[in-house]
Amino acid sequence: MKIRTLKRHLVEAFKSMGRNGWMSFASISAVTVTLLLVSVFVAILLNINYIASQIEDDVQIRAYIERTEKSENYDTYQKQLENLDKVKTVKYQSKEQGLDELIESLGDEGKAFSSLKDENPLRDAFIIYTEEPQDTAQVAKEVDKLKFVNKVEYGQGTVEKLFKVTDAARNVGIVLVLGLVFTAMFLISNTIKLTIVTRRREIEIMKLVGATNGFIRWPFFIEGFALGVMGAILPIIVIAVGYQAIFDIVNQKLGTVFIELLPVTPLIPQLSLLMLLIGGVIGVWGSLTSVRKFLKI
Amino acid sequence: MIEMIDVWKTYPNGVMALNGIDVYIEKGEFVYVVGPSGAGKSSFIKCMYREEKPTQGSIIINGTNLAKVKERQIPKVRRKMGVIFQDFKLLPRLTVYENVAFALEVIEESPKVIRERVMEVLDLVKLKNKARMFPDELSGGEQQRVSIARSIVNRPPVVIADEPTGNLDPETAWEIMDTFKEINNRGTTVVMATHNKEIVNTITKRVIAIEGGRIVRDEAKGDYGYED
Repeated sequence: MKIRTLKRHLVEAFKSMGRNGWMSFASISAVTVTLLLVSVFVAILLNINYIASQIEDDVQIRAYIERTEKSENYDTYQKQLENLDKVKTVKYQSKEQGLDELIESLGDEGKAFSSLKDENPLRDAFIIYTEEPQDTAQVAKEVDKLKFVNKVEYGQGTVEKLFKVTDAARNVGIVLVLGLVFTAMFLISNTIKLTIVTRRREIEIMKLVGATNGFIRWPFFIEGFALGVMGAILPIIVIAVGYQAIFDIVNQKLGTVFIELLPVTPLIPQLSLLMLLIGGVIGVWGSLTSVRKFLKI
Repeated sequence: MIEMIDVWKTYPNGVMALNGIDVYIEKGEFVYVVGPSGAGKSSFIKCMYREEKPTQGSIIINGTNLAKVKERQIPKVRRKMGVIFQDFKLLPRLTVYENVAFALEVIEESPKVIRERVMEVLDLVKLKNKARMFPDELSGGEQQRVSIARSIVNRPPVVIADEPTGNLDPETAWEIMDTFKEINNRGTTVVMATHNKEIVNTITKRVIAIEGGRIVRDEAKGDYGYED
């Protein structure tokens, strides 16, 4: 194909979009509405996943050391724990540090415990983080078997429930997004098909005048791509502005407490790219599949 | 130029449209194809521009056997002939100019040549001043002249017309015939299926009559020969 023919196809595609104004508008609107839904759901899904990971990452195992153990051996014990399967990090926390932390976490009421400093009831402990939060229970069991360990704490019961909830949230999110993407593909390609079906006669005529299939296909290809990409523009703007606003509100009010949303910068550009891609691919796919039907003349 | 040798066409539903057609058309000839409806005229014409593939036999146009042409090669064959239809078959969303230019765009002609040639043929069919209009803004006769312009713009050696005056009033039909005569005078072979008795009897040319899928008459200076 010569360059000037490619140029001709480009001009032809945009001319056709203009002359089929209402049909183009319908296609772009269909893409816009569905991509808007998809992008909102993807953003929610990614954030659910992110928040769930934050909560899960907070899960730790506290292994309390027998009072009878001598502190000279602690280094060896720490090595021993670090060598366990699926253990990521091990941190030592003396009973004094433990008490300070407890007092701090209780705030004003904690001050009452300050008097305990001379007669600390806590034990020295190792704080263990596993590679995968889901391994917590299993690792805790292993740790509990060790001789120098007096007691293991990891929020037994609560942790299992937490994982069930986060897993369910992830699964529901994925199913929703997948379903939505399929609906979107169906809807968009159908709308684009409609615009082409009305041009069936034109395709027949082009063939009679000696146009090859490729020659006929190119403008439709470009048009489908352009319609899809144009349909992605509004969703991108909406999600970018909307997410920034929600991000600011959430991080101001809740950020200090425990939840944090995915940062705007990697998320929104990535999401925008995804929308452009979905729009373009579906546009091209929709137009090419419907043109193909009429090319066998 | 055009040669049909023992051409048969049977449709999948069993209709036998052509039953052994032999015909030879010289370069520069003007040929009418006449006959009652359903006699095989349409199939005869359709085989010529490879809309239909003959069941048997060969059709040689410009040295190419259409019976053996592969699906992919059809566009190339069509570029060497102009085809004109009863219902004009113009692209409704393209202007007069763009419709004619399309035939040159498919052969990737340069924009400069396209502009020159399109204006040249639009001048020939006297539609230069309506180049920017859309088909639905034109009369039937004007639309048919656009389609003629499109069919000759890439200077094909053969023009095939299927009832080109079928949708036009008598006066317009005569105008169209003037254009065809002009094309033929420039050396282009014209094959025209028609029902128009007046025209065939007045502008006398070679007449091929088809009935029951066979050529029943082939006269150099023939007449229409039917009473409709």
